[in-house]
Amino acid sequence: MKYLCLIYEDESKFATTPKPEMDKIMSEYGAFGESIKKSGHHVAGYQLQTTDTATTVRSRNGKVSTTDGPFAETKEQLGGFYLIEAKDLNDAVQVASRIPSVRLGSIEVRPIVERNQAKAQPAEALASSGAA
Amino acid sequence: MTHVRDQVDAVYRTESRRVLATLIRLLDDFDLAEEALHDAFAAAVEQWATDGIPANPRAWLVSTGRFKAIDRVRRSARFEDVDSTMIDRIEASPDLPRDDDELEDDRLRLIFTCCHPALSPDARIALTLREVCGLTTEEVAHAFLTPPPTLAQRIVRAKSKIREARIPYEIPARANLPERLDSVLHVIYLVFNEGYLASSGESLTRSDLSGEAIRLGRLLAELLPEPEVIGLLALMLLHEARRPARSTPSGEMILLEDQDRSLWNRGQIEEGSELVERAIQSHRFGPYTLQAAIAAVHAEARDPRSTDWRQIVGLYDVLLRTDPSAIVELNRAAAVAMSEGPAAGLALIDAILVRGDLADYHLAHAARGDLCRRLGRIQEAIESYETALRLTTQNAERSFIMRRIDELRLTSPR
Repeated sequence: MKYLCLIYEDESKFATTPKPEMDKIMSEYGAFGESIKKSGHHVAGYQLQTTDTATTVRSRNGKVSTTDGPFAETKEQLGGFYLIEAKDLNDAVQVASRIPSVRLGSIEVRPIVERNQAKAQPAEALASSGAA
Repeated sequence: MTHVRDQVDAVYRTESRRVLATLIRLLDDFDLAEEALHDAFAAAVEQWATDGIPANPRAWLVSTGRFKAIDRVRRSARFEDVDSTMIDRIEASPDLPRDDDELEDDRLRLIFTCCHPALSPDARIALTLREVCGLTTEEVAHAFLTPPPTLAQRIVRAKSKIREARIPYEIPARANLPERLDSVLHVIYLVFNEGYLASSGESLTRSDLSGEAIRLGRLLAELLPEPEVIGLLALMLLHEARRPARSTPSGEMILLEDQDRSLWNRGQIEEGSELVERAIQSHRFGPYTLQAAIAAVHAEARDPRSTDWRQIVGLYDVLLRTDPSAIVELNRAAAVAMSEGPAAGLALIDAILVRGDLADYHLAHAARGDLCRRLGRIQEAIESYETALRLTTQNAERSFIMRRIDELRLTSPR
């Protein structure tokens, strides 16, 4: 079963975080990434650029509108994610609780809808056919 | 025939929750397990009449329920696009629990799943009363003064989260046990309090909830005798023991110091006190055990004057260190008022209120009113009671506070 772990943090704090501390967090992320690859939980994971680079797209009555900024202005912003393969919610929560940002922000854990088709075709296969 | 019916009913009362707990594990689905449970009992009424009661009714019901569930899934598979893997999985599931231990584990699995912290607090309570205690949706709705459709919706949503987010049907590992057990104890405590305090409106019939909470506490203490489980059971028994003395026949509240202590339930007090001892001796106790110890000191006093208030203050000191909260501070202040005089208690309560904590908590103002009254500061007492009155909706408490205000107005030299 796949879960998406959404990492929410107050990105305004990044600017004021001293470099040594930032380096420490990044090296923790490195170690965490390695550990979930080893344990077989890792499917994908990326850090996002900050929300000042975000663009929100909507289409209403056939008219596409594009606006600057994230979907919603909130105190904590989506800063990155991991897609993981976990046995069940307890297993997923156990992984999420080790994401370094869990101490600074919060992690939302969302189960991925598994369609029969997706089951027959592994995610990696879908991704590679998309790239081809 | 009626004889068999009675026997099936009796088996239903003692076994239905156990059978359900095992069926949920075997079928991996709450709704399917509930239907299977019904089918199994319906089959029992017919078959036991002709074949007699089986030697092991529990095993018979589990196995019949499982077959009925396979039938159901097969039948619906013909009409709908049902995942055939479901049938394979059920058929491949281990047939019957091998021994009683495993069955008891299923009951624990059910409790921990219903109280999973990933479910909303309201849903945990509703699901626990529905699935573990076997109350109907209507009964739970009535007890919590919630419209039945709202409550039914809450249960449906919780079951769907269990299924879709795949909350596992398992007893938590040692490492997670403290957090997970906290959640279970909290659910039981809230159910008990809802019955004990009846948070709003008429209090009639809701005492049933306290009884359910005590039954749950006993079950958990039997399955998982951790110190705090025993402490919570003790706390509930010691509070419940005072129920007959807590209100007049017309439902008016009587304060601890004015209660007729001969009405207290001695059996529950003895059992509660023994459990407190047991929990304390473990040296791994927490807030529930400490609160139970305080309740035990009250229960042991023949009259209010012989209460060991110093010991109570000491227990509150320990409680504040393990579980600091403004409510605990308020209770400690009330105990200090009894051991060192109302002025000392009042100073502590005012310090809490000045901080802004508990400014909206009616009992903080009622306690302040009471201490001012004892100090002869009548006008201040009336004002505090009036604030308390504005903040409470519970009928018995309202009429108690109004009586106090009336008494004070009579003595007030206005």
